Amino acid sequence: MKELKIARLKEGTVIDHIKSENTFRVARILGLENSSSMVTIGANLDSTKMGRKGLIKIENKFLNEKEANKIALVAPEANLCIIRNSQVEKKIRLEVPDELRGLARCINTNCVTNHEKAETRFIVESKEPLKLRCHYCERIFGKGDLEIL
Amino acid sequence: MQFRGRDIISMRDFSKAEIEYLLDFSLNFKESDHALKGKVLSTLFFEPSTRTRLSFESAMASLGGSCIGFSDPSVSSIKKGESLSDTIKTVEGYCNAIIIRHPLEGSARLAADIASIPVINAGDGSNQHPTQTLTDLYTIRKSKGKLSGLRIGFLGDLKYGRTVHSLSLALSSFSNKLFFISSSALSMPDSYLESLDRSSPTEHTDRLDEIIGELDILYVTRIQQERFTDPLEYKKLKNTYHINLDMLKRAKPEMKIMHPLPRVDEIDTSVDATENSLYFQQASNGVTVRKALLALIIGGAK
Repeated sequence: MKELKIARLKEGTVIDHIKSENTFRVARILGLENSSSMVTIGANLDSTKMGRKGLIKIENKFLNEKEANKIALVAPEANLCIIRNSQVEKKIRLEVPDELRGLARCINTNCVTNHEKAETRFIVESKEPLKLRCHYCERIFGKGDLEIL
Repeated sequence: MQFRGRDIISMRDFSKAEIEYLLDFSLNFKESDHALKGKVLSTLFFEPSTRTRLSFESAMASLGGSCIGFSDPSVSSIKKGESLSDTIKTVEGYCNAIIIRHPLEGSARLAADIASIPVINAGDGSNQHPTQTLTDLYTIRKSKGKLSGLRIGFLGDLKYGRTVHSLSLALSSFSNKLFFISSSALSMPDSYLESLDRSSPTEHTDRLDEIIGELDILYVTRIQQERFTDPLEYKKLKNTYHINLDMLKRAKPEMKIMHPLPRVDEIDTSVDATENSLYFQQASNGVTVRKALLALIIGGAK
């Protein structure tokens, strides 16, 4: 039997169909542990499509482009919906942008961006599998080394 | 092709056609002792350098321009804690172009993003050293008459050596076979290998004696002490490869040895007098290429 465990949102954002293992990473990069909004986090929920999935609902919060791009990096499979007046106003397709600015830290400790006040910048060399090149130190690295700011 | 005002940061920024143009221009460059009269070049060396700094200063002087700068950051405002960004913003008001060498990777790109005048990278950590690479390409083409279809070996510190990272990237786009010869502790990082153009096959080995006979060019680098935190590790690796007359017996007579210099004891001095040695010629080509670059970038020569 399927029962409703999570209340409907009136205004806010729903991030659905997150791969279960990515759920808390998404919550972390959105800084939800410090949020004053009403937040619902569901992990390992039953899903007909995915088997198990994660779900995050945040009341009165509408993600900006930068936040959507961060989610695209760690959970590109997720669906993002903007809810207004209890209705889905907009579905946002998550896509890794061609260039990332100020979203992630460079893993190269000798990169100038880890020593000077400079916004990090990465060129996306490949989206699947994710491969990034630092605009400054030119080091190439993959998703496993990604450290979201 | 227009190079006036352009930054020289990484070999990535140049197409094959642009590289060929720069080499042709360097070869045919007719020196004029007043091409850069009244122009000022800043040389900001946050890390020690002899050859690169002197060759830029020599190039600038012979074109009628002058140089300002420092070669020891411990006596400059950096010692007082000034950020690189502030140094660049200040210095750009004093000159027509900036040469920068800095221990952090990406520092030259950052300087170029900040400055409105051209910036030339003279080495950023273990990343790139494009004017050395252009000198190396110029030297190879002048000696072999071509830049492709060659078998080129890189020996020594392939992990930290920026001249290797910079040159292998450029040579890979000209369809050559590249051999990386090093101990496993100093082998080419995957990140640089991934950047190489697929048109050039690569081979990896730790045995120079086994493949030296196949090579047209052997590019030797120094094991850089300043890149090691553990002095024992440095000592252990320093003497791994040593090129002497005995080793040369296995090489093709027309095989050329290059080295960005300074050498410590990678190449025996007895090799200097052989037909195989090309490294001092290479060092002198550095001035020719840098002169041409300065004339293009600051002087707007075509």
